[in-house]
Amino acid sequence: MTEQFDPKIIAFACNWCSYAGADLAGVSRLQYPPSIRLIRLMCSGMLAPSYILKAFEKGADAVLVTG
Amino acid sequence: MKDQKSSDVRIGVFICDCGSNIAGYLKMPTLVDYAKTLDNVVFVQENLYTCSEGGINEIKEAIPRENLNRVVVASCTPRTHEPLFQSACEEAGLNPYLFEMANIRDQCSWVHMREGEKGTERAKGQIAMAVAKAARLRPLNRIELSLTHKAVVIGGGVAGMAAAMALGNMGYEVDLIEKQDRLGGLLNDLNLILPTHEPPSVLLDDLIGRLENNPKVAIRTNSTVKKVEGYIGNYVVTAATDGNENKIKTGVIVVAVGARVLKPAGLMGYNGDRVVTHLELEAMLKQGAATPKSVVMVQCVGSRCEERTYCSRICCMTAVKNAILLKENDPTTSVTILYRDMQMYGVENEDMFRRSKELGVRYVTFDPEKPPIVEDGKVDVYHLRMGKQISMPADLVVLSTPLIAQEDVGEISTMLKVPLNENGFFLEGHVKLKPLDFATDGIYLCGNARFPSTIREAITQGLGAASRAAGVLSKDALHTSGIVADISPETCCGCLGCVQVCPYGAINFFEDRGVCQVNKVLCKGCGGCAATCPSGSARLDGFSSDQIYAQIEKALAG
Repeated sequence: MTEQFDPKIIAFACNWCSYAGADLAGVSRLQYPPSIRLIRLMCSGMLAPSYILKAFEKGADAVLVTG
Repeated sequence: MKDQKSSDVRIGVFICDCGSNIAGYLKMPTLVDYAKTLDNVVFVQENLYTCSEGGINEIKEAIPRENLNRVVVASCTPRTHEPLFQSACEEAGLNPYLFEMANIRDQCSWVHMREGEKGTERAKGQIAMAVAKAARLRPLNRIELSLTHKAVVIGGGVAGMAAAMALGNMGYEVDLIEKQDRLGGLLNDLNLILPTHEPPSVLLDDLIGRLENNPKVAIRTNSTVKKVEGYIGNYVVTAATDGNENKIKTGVIVVAVGARVLKPAGLMGYNGDRVVTHLELEAMLKQGAATPKSVVMVQCVGSRCEERTYCSRICCMTAVKNAILLKENDPTTSVTILYRDMQMYGVENEDMFRRSKELGVRYVTFDPEKPPIVEDGKVDVYHLRMGKQISMPADLVVLSTPLIAQEDVGEISTMLKVPLNENGFFLEGHVKLKPLDFATDGIYLCGNARFPSTIREAITQGLGAASRAAGVLSKDALHTSGIVADISPETCCGCLGCVQVCPYGAINFFEDRGVCQVNKVLCKGCGGCAATCPSGSARLDGFSSDQIYAQIEKALAG
């Protein structure tokens, strides 16, 4: 393999917990790879299965559901 | 406002440097140039600080000048700054829900400080996603709710009295509901309070007198709560006084139902006669009973054990206080305190602890695995330092038992729909961020109902709960968020799936029409119904499927 694998990751985050956690990671200056795109939800309970399927359909290598 | 067609969408993007917080790590000119290429974007502006007065004014001026009907700010987190930017939009005549944020600081520049170009790439992605969502935003309305500018305080102990007094003094009508025939709660049964050596009646008579003279406070003794209906701003509490039921309209409710002392039946030879609790000792001292010649106190009886793992916090202070009072009554009395760990936090308590030692109170640690054995006239305990069993005479044995939840907390928590912890104490919204609030809006808590507390802590919490409640009562009217669910009656098939998942009981099924409908006042905007609905009839406004699909597609494009 000549090129390093750079996955496309879609993350869904709950406004009240994991989105706040992602903010806290920033405030704490924790470093992580930028290959992620984060979508804010009002609760992980509003995550319809179709959102995950849509992400894979559009070429996501991984979907992270946090909440 | 009319619905805008997609072709009419005009988006303004404001990209914040946040000083060097963002601009120090991301390439701002790249972001500005990129934003200009996005669909529907007609205006892009870089700000040193978008949240500064200058930045806010630039948003407010650009909206009419550029005829913007959507605004995107790429900066910090919506959790702190969305309300500020929304109100800027509102002031410029734009519906505040036609606003979207891209988080390029907390979730980008701060977490990709050493990534160079890749960090800028992520910011580009997040901005494109925000713009794609913004194009699909619809104007939403906040619902105005009426607000009854009154309070109900349940429980007339010292915490509830402090809360009622504070609210009454602020000019709000308060109904103070007390189960017993007089106010004061546990304080009525205490002997003396240290370090002042005052009987609790000094504090109580003052508080009760001031409450009775406060025209805003209605004291309802011999009363219990029978039913609670409604929601923040519009609660109806049904209280029964001597069998007569009254419906009280109120905007907020403060829970101050207190706690009770555990009677340790079957523990350490408890008999209420020569083996008593501290509360019973205080009653004896109050009545002026003769001081016994030898007293042994045992700490942590019925607490910090398998059945009740918690520390009741106030028993160490109580034991030290009563030891001092016994010694002051008769210096020849021997007082020994058998303990596991002494909790005497704060300077005043430390002073009290020191004074008890000066007076000759003895302290002996015991191992919970080898607890003291109480027999008639003596207590045996394994002395850890001497490494052997010792015996001491005891005319009176006093047990430090924990405060436990009131018997009726289950009913109260069910009526108010607020949770209890595993020990029956009321569970606050967040131990640090919302210690006096419940997760349910408009209900607050204080005092021993929350957890065992000292008199001073109970008063402080009562004042704090009153302050939280007044934050609601001081408004003219309440506004719900526009981010609430809606169910299309045309396509709803009445399967009741949403009714089952809704954690707030905010969805009603109308049998006559066979459809479900959202009560937008009770809805908290979690969107659980939208994820469940098999026909796609339920949607969460502001987070609808088309908006989220657009974000997913943009995130993965290119």
